[in-house]
Amino acid sequence: MANLGINHVTKSFGSLAVLKDIKISIEDGEFLVLVGPSGCGKSTLLSIIAGLEEHTSGTITIDGRPVDDLEPKERDIAMVFQSYALYPAMTVEQNIGFSLEMSKMPKAERVERVSKVADLLQISHLLKRRPGQLSGGQRQRVAMGRALVREPKIFLFDEPLSNLDAKLRVEMRTEIKRLHQRLGATIVYVTHDQIEAMTMATRIAVMKDGVLQQFGTPEDIYDRPANVFVATFMGSPPMNLLPATVVDGASGPRLSLKGADVTLPLPSSVTARLEPGSDVLLGLRPEWLSLAAEEVSANPMLTLHVDVIEPTGPDVFVALRAGEREIMARLPTGTPIRSGEKRAFALDLSKAVVFDAGTGIAH
Amino acid sequence: MTAVPDSSFAMALGRPRSLNPTKMFGRIFVYGCLVVLAALFLAPLASMVMTSLKSMEEIRSGTLLSVPQAPTIEAWASVWNSACISVACGGLQGYFGNSFLIAVPATLISVGLGALNGYVFSTWRFRGDNVLFGLILFGCFIPLQIVLIPMAGLLGMLGLAGTIPGLVLVHVVYGVCFTTMFFRNYFVTVPAEIFKAARVDGAGFWAIFFRILLPISWPIVMVSIIWQFTGVWNDFLFGVSFAAGSSQPITVAVNNLVNTSTGTKAYNEDMAAAMIAALPTIVIYVAAGRYFLRGLMAGAVKG
Ligand SMILES: Nc1ncnc2c1ncn2[C@@H]1O[C@H](COP(=O)(O)OP(=O)(O)OP(=O)(O)O)[C@@H](O)[C@H]1O
Ligand SMILES: [Mg+2]
Repeated sequence: MANLGINHVTKSFGSLAVLKDIKISIEDGEFLVLVGPSGCGKSTLLSIIAGLEEHTSGTITIDGRPVDDLEPKERDIAMVFQSYALYPAMTVEQNIGFSLEMSKMPKAERVERVSKVADLLQISHLLKRRPGQLSGGQRQRVAMGRALVREPKIFLFDEPLSNLDAKLRVEMRTEIKRLHQRLGATIVYVTHDQIEAMTMATRIAVMKDGVLQQFGTPEDIYDRPANVFVATFMGSPPMNLLPATVVDGASGPRLSLKGADVTLPLPSSVTARLEPGSDVLLGLRPEWLSLAAEEVSANPMLTLHVDVIEPTGPDVFVALRAGEREIMARLPTGTPIRSGEKRAFALDLSKAVVFDAGTGIAH
Repeated sequence: MTAVPDSSFAMALGRPRSLNPTKMFGRIFVYGCLVVLAALFLAPLASMVMTSLKSMEEIRSGTLLSVPQAPTIEAWASVWNSACISVACGGLQGYFGNSFLIAVPATLISVGLGALNGYVFSTWRFRGDNVLFGLILFGCFIPLQIVLIPMAGLLGMLGLAGTIPGLVLVHVVYGVCFTTMFFRNYFVTVPAEIFKAARVDGAGFWAIFFRILLPISWPIVMVSIIWQFTGVWNDFLFGVSFAAGSSQPITVAVNNLVNTSTGTKAYNEDMAAAMIAALPTIVIYVAAGRYFLRGLMAGAVKG
């Protein structure tokens, strides 16, 4: 258990810059989730934290001490690899117990620790098998077991659940979260799955092309995205971005939506002074739209054409049209709505975000 | 599928495969070619075996490929026990033993070193690693004849000239280039994340080698052993250059036997001697050849 500091870390493979000035720090017991598109450098960053890959510049600290010159085994970390990386010639039991064996733990204690972890991961019946005789999901659990059997300062997980079926994934997700709460372990976790990111993280770092886009709590990331990339990367369906122009109104600047004959008040989140005439993007999460009641609501309204309705179970995703622009809304199941209709929607602008149309950075 | 087997499905399974005439003809042609070629390749061996089992009178009267009328192992016994090679008349047995004393250590040492070298070159980076590997690869392409004289000088300096340990050294030096290349090329196919996982688990240089890598390397170990053993066993040039008298390998002894027999040529003994010299390599191929084809990486990574 330890805090972790990543200070101005850069990494290049030859002339290819893979990580650019990454700066993240988390406290003891935090659960950091790294997200970002494929190839953005998540695995590379994990390898650098583990000491498996040397960074080009910057420092990594664990417990406040720089560890840049330490070997992986001296850093006291456990890691689950994206490709599992099980030892092919060893049984599951030997795979899980290998690190304990290397640290010269007595056999009896080792066996006990391994069987405890195997119970937790529901792989006790597989202990005598070799990796080649396991399904993808079983291998993934063995890889998890290999990390969990130790009590390291920091756990590093590289997409550990990506190969599991939906049910097992949810179970394992809960299991990892429970483990985190019980052990109070510091965890760095890479995933592509936004639900995993939102549900497990205490901090999320969003990366793109080796650049840290935003680092913050899940609420920060979801409600106050720093830029258009974060806004559209996190959340499904993604945040709607409506082009608008700043215009002068009676009580301060307002937003005039392009292609619609409406002006909206500036969301309260906007603190910057916006010049009239500047182009912006209004970011609206699909759940901030709702079907307007008959009476005039306090929220601004938009009349939109209902295009496609996609039920998902608890919610319906509704693709709406304003001119040729598509807007997604997320409504409760059972909302009386049919495609082809024109309906009035209320916009909850309390959380809406405004981005600069040119730079994509939130105002 | 229901519990009752679907009749058309069962028929499809059980129906004998009938070939149409063109296909049938093609098959016959292919098999015919294979049989002819196999016979062509096997004829010399058959001739050797037949001849070695005949007496001299029968050889003189019969043809090369005729079956022996009165098979006898006299020729085999005599070359093994009592044939005269150069000046000594103790048969081939001593030289056969020499070849083992040369081939077994030379094989084990060169395969062991090659495995270690291959592991280092595939997994660990150090300054000049590529240059060094290039030099070792280059060693595979140096013709034997070029090294004869410098090697003789080296053996003389080490006091190993004309001895079996000297020959072992020569074969190890020459073989290590090949085994290093074999192992290195095998180990680079092992996913890098396995090494990373082992390092995170606290395994060091030797633990990774012995616990993780070697257990999945037996296909390449077998290939290297077969390659090295047959190469060393069949070597004539180094044997004739660097071994003296009673420390010569069997290849040199067979040559001497065939060339020094006085009077009439004893073809049956020559053939028996050649067979004896070839037997160990044949046995190795038959026993271990199937390991050539096996891989062991299944299950190491996703998919
Ligand atoms: N050894 C290497 N040599 C050169 N380039 C590399 C090397 N390892 C990774 N890269 C490059 O670095 C970039 C980041 O790779 P990395 O594996 O960290 O991505 P990732 O974010 O984990 O992607 P994914 O989500 O697909 O796993 C990629 O463009 C990759 O091609
Ligand atoms: Mg990755």
